[in-house]
Amino acid sequence: MAKIEFLGPIKRPAIDVEVNSLKELKEYFKDDEELKPWLKICAVSVNDKIICEEDTPLKKDDKVSLLPPVCGG
Amino acid sequence: MLELYDGPLNVEEILSRWYNEFKDKNYGAFINFVGIVRDEDGIEGLSFDIYEPILNDWFENWQKKANEKNAYLLMAHSRGDVPNHKTSYISAVLSPKRKVSLKLIQEFVEDFKANAPIWKYDIKDGKRKYAIDRSTPIKGAGILAN
Repeated sequence: MAKIEFLGPIKRPAIDVEVNSLKELKEYFKDDEELKPWLKICAVSVNDKIICEEDTPLKKDDKVSLLPPVCGG
Repeated sequence: MLELYDGPLNVEEILSRWYNEFKDKNYGAFINFVGIVRDEDGIEGLSFDIYEPILNDWFENWQKKANEKNAYLLMAHSRGDVPNHKTSYISAVLSPKRKVSLKLIQEFVEDFKANAPIWKYDIKDGKRKYAIDRSTPIKGAGILAN
């Protein structure tokens, strides 16, 4: 069970999902039409480290964060 | 050193405190960048969300890079609302000689814009609107897209 957080402007409460990898999480989200535009532009972190590989395994209690495009300053 | 504040930054206090803290540490150069909110497109100000765990790691990585060049980085940023003509961002580099600081401030501010996990909103009619057109996807974006 991983905890999924939607950061910044996505404005969704966090959810717990039974998935074992980012690939499975991608599958879990595939019919979520509201989230689809965000998924195209969001980076992903696991336990606060940015991840670029969808084969990344997820363990129990891992925290996955979706990070939309940024603009500080 | 990374400082986060609710609302606009007190530029005079922050810059003079940094200057006084480091003026006798034998750094010959102190270069700073101050970001002031501009009145454009009818906005009343800007607003910011910050994801602190990744911001802290991102900043620490830059601090290590700076330290390898005998330089030191300072940064302050606002959370929440910052009205027009107030300041939301200050960064500064200290180094023994000017060339390192001048180069580093440019690289640091550009990477800040591209990768620091901060989200900007325009404030219009008292409401926040995500500034998506001025935002940059973080490296690796889109890995969950089908």
